Amino acid sequence: MSGNVADSAVSPTTPAQTIPADLSGQMLELDEDDDLEVFSKDTTNTDGGSFNASMQTSPGSMINQYKFDEEEEEEDPGAKDLFITVDNPESHITTIETFITYRVVTKTTRSEFDSSEYEVRRRYQDFLWLRGRLEEAHPTLIVHPLPEKFVMKGMVERFNDDFIETRRRALHHFLNRIAEHPILSCNEDLKVFLSAQAWELASHKKQGPGFLSRMGETVRAVAASVRGVKNRPEEFNSIQEYVESFSQKMTSLDRITQRIVKEEREYLEEMKEYAPTYTLWSGSEEELAEPLKGVANCLDRCFQETEGQVRQLSDCLAPTLHEYVLSTDTLKAVLRRRDNMQAELEAKNEALAAKRADRDADPRERGVVWQSLLGKNPEEARQQRQQRLTGEIGELKEEIDKLEDRVEWANNALKGDWSRWQRSMRSDLKDAFVSTAQKNVDYYEKVRVTHLKPPQPHHTFDTRLVSITL
Amino acid sequence: MMADTGSDEVAVIGNIDLTPGEIENNMKNTMGEKGTVLFRKMEINVAEAEKRTVKNAVNMQEIYTVYLIETRPADAASEGTNSTPDSLWRRYSEFEILRNFLLVTYPYVVVPPLPEKRAEFVWHKLSADNMDPDFVERRRVGLENFLLRVASHPILSTDKIFFAFLTEENGWKEMVFETGFQAKADSRLKALNATFRVKNPDKRFAEMKHYGDELQSVISQLLRVRARVADRLYGVYKVHGNYGRVFSEWSAIEKEMGDGLQSAGHHMDAYAASVDDILEEEEHYADQLKEYLFYTEALRAVCRKHELIQYELEMAAQDLTTKKQQQEELATGTVRTFSLKGMTSKLFGQETPEQREAKMKVLEGQIQEGEDSLKEQNTECDVFVKGAWSDIERFKDQKNHDLKEALISYAIMQISMCKKGIQVWTNAKECFNKM
Repeated sequence: MSGNVADSAVSPTTPAQTIPADLSGQMLELDEDDDLEVFSKDTTNTDGGSFNASMQTSPGSMINQYKFDEEEEEEDPGAKDLFITVDNPESHITTIETFITYRVVTKTTRSEFDSSEYEVRRRYQDFLWLRGRLEEAHPTLIVHPLPEKFVMKGMVERFNDDFIETRRRALHHFLNRIAEHPILSCNEDLKVFLSAQAWELASHKKQGPGFLSRMGETVRAVAASVRGVKNRPEEFNSIQEYVESFSQKMTSLDRITQRIVKEEREYLEEMKEYAPTYTLWSGSEEELAEPLKGVANCLDRCFQETEGQVRQLSDCLAPTLHEYVLSTDTLKAVLRRRDNMQAELEAKNEALAAKRADRDADPRERGVVWQSLLGKNPEEARQQRQQRLTGEIGELKEEIDKLEDRVEWANNALKGDWSRWQRSMRSDLKDAFVSTAQKNVDYYEKVRVTHLKPPQPHHTFDTRLVSITL
Repeated sequence: MMADTGSDEVAVIGNIDLTPGEIENNMKNTMGEKGTVLFRKMEINVAEAEKRTVKNAVNMQEIYTVYLIETRPADAASEGTNSTPDSLWRRYSEFEILRNFLLVTYPYVVVPPLPEKRAEFVWHKLSADNMDPDFVERRRVGLENFLLRVASHPILSTDKIFFAFLTEENGWKEMVFETGFQAKADSRLKALNATFRVKNPDKRFAEMKHYGDELQSVISQLLRVRARVADRLYGVYKVHGNYGRVFSEWSAIEKEMGDGLQSAGHHMDAYAASVDDILEEEEHYADQLKEYLFYTEALRAVCRKHELIQYELEMAAQDLTTKKQQQEELATGTVRTFSLKGMTSKLFGQETPEQREAKMKVLEGQIQEGEDSLKEQNTECDVFVKGAWSDIERFKDQKNHDLKEALISYAIMQISMCKKGIQVWTNAKECFNKM
């Protein structure tokens, strides 16, 4: 497996794949040399020499890699060489505004980084910028979503501790997903994000593709989407359908989880009075005082544990579900962009066919009358037209060739990203649900145990309760 | 069957204010012989409830519920012979009449309460409708409990009217009204609600009344909070049912995750459904608390009755003292207390010796009457105090025992609920792991 890929990557001119040199620059903003260096460095670093999907970056190797990816279940975790943590939120107060920065620590053995360790502080805006750049550079790759800018629920304050912690976790998750991605993790803007000082980042942000070129992209995209794609490959249709359904399910689950949180909070409100009432009662009693205090104690414990449950749901399960709701928006956008690319290709093919038909058509049927009216020699005019059309056809063919490669690459990249997305979705959601279930088991266990140990053991209590547990 | 003596019959059916001798007799005959308590001799069941309709005074259809009371001699049941029990039907209002009779006839007893007339302290899923089958069922249990409490009370169980309530379907109402207790019931109510001040209140009774008030207040609060908490808990559990639905739908679009999700969904449904049983059991606990909430009223009534007796005693003693003073004044001719008669006689001339003689004689008679009456009242009071305090002690022990049992069973309920929760979520976790 790895032998095969190594061959094709190291010698891009092997019959297996032929990618024109200029195309690689268009696709990845990296020199071929860098790709090779990265790849060869990888073979020395990889444990056991097994195929490492996360390191392949050259276009040729990309295409092969995505073929293999579909068969592979998991990427070799031992080959990870970019470790990022997001922690230590701090609040900064200026005269204009207050904002939070997070510490981003990077440890890496990659050679494109000058150093092996970086520590920088970044604010949410910086993350937004980074993601925007990644999406721009790789419009048909799946870029993990960021936590939302504002919380619409109304009750959470922007600088509330829980909110900051939830956001920090999501940002950490975001960077780690990027770091795991074979293409995205090599992005130049990511490197700057992870390593530059604040002022360096600020000045870097100002560079980048100009406004006009971005406009051009948008116009093309709009035109393409208006046209619509005609022959979408079946697998993308099924992905599209799945994403629609999945999006609905995630939204429902998110809403249900939020509702449970709400109900539990209201339950806690009512519980506040419960234990104190038993304590109050114990004050009027003699023989019953101890059992009553016992009940009060249990209810107190129940209250505390329920608070923990609420935290688990709102800090862990709900944000994960929400992340995947946002993720479906990304998926839909990526599918749309891929469609637009294909639509553009189809349009160009149609134009090519039209021009060819035009060129090969019977000259008598074509505007010769007009030419003669304008006083041109019909034969000369025809020659001129033929030449012009041939030239245009040639140009168009070149464009189409490039576009075909781009579309094929994009399709394969998307397929690869899609299986990666499915794997991480499965893993993330499974973890979130398993930990929620575990939290609930712990909750009931802790409350149960409290009931078994009233403050002052009474003979009747013990024997009865012991017999129940046996 | 019962510890019957001639004086018992008279006491039970006739007077409301028992003579001291009669009360003592009652207590001697019943309390000493626990074995003859009705409870041990007879099996009592409120077996069923049925709806009946009748045309009322304004010719409209009225629906009411009747309860079937079954009785069977206890030895027959233990011998294994499956004899058919005797039975009759009673309405809730008839139970009320019985209880009012007992309240009036045994003012020194903390009379067991009836289950509530209307559903109170309900959490929203529980119906507050009297016709609701769950309410009727809980009331049936409460009525049976009432009868068993009365049947196991050393004094109340010997009452003939109570026995007739259990055995005579027809004619019972006439029998009970013939006792004339209605009139006494009205005056009792008035007396209980009257305001008067006792000069030397008995400390024990005052403390007991205070305790009753505290207990009433705290149990009411507890029942209120419990209902609200139950409401919220219901919500939490039920929303989880939605997980079941969505997991099922989601599993349809997944391949490897499908099985795990589908089975996890079933567990979520089971979890949501489990709250119904949990809250039903808790309702039983709430009913036990409610019984003691209503008991506090009976306790209060006994303390108030004692206050009333003391007040009347103080008034009677006061009256006697005044009369004696008057006697002294007449005898010695000195006027110590102001009286209009005295003033007018001063203004308009003294009375004749004959008049004074007559007055003295009258006063003497009154004083003698007063002293006899006071003596009787004092004895009455002592007997009442003895009887009441003994029943209060009995009630205290019963309350401590019953509520301790209730708290234990509440703890057991909670433990069981936790175990169910552990099981469901452990199962769900296994399913999630298969995702």
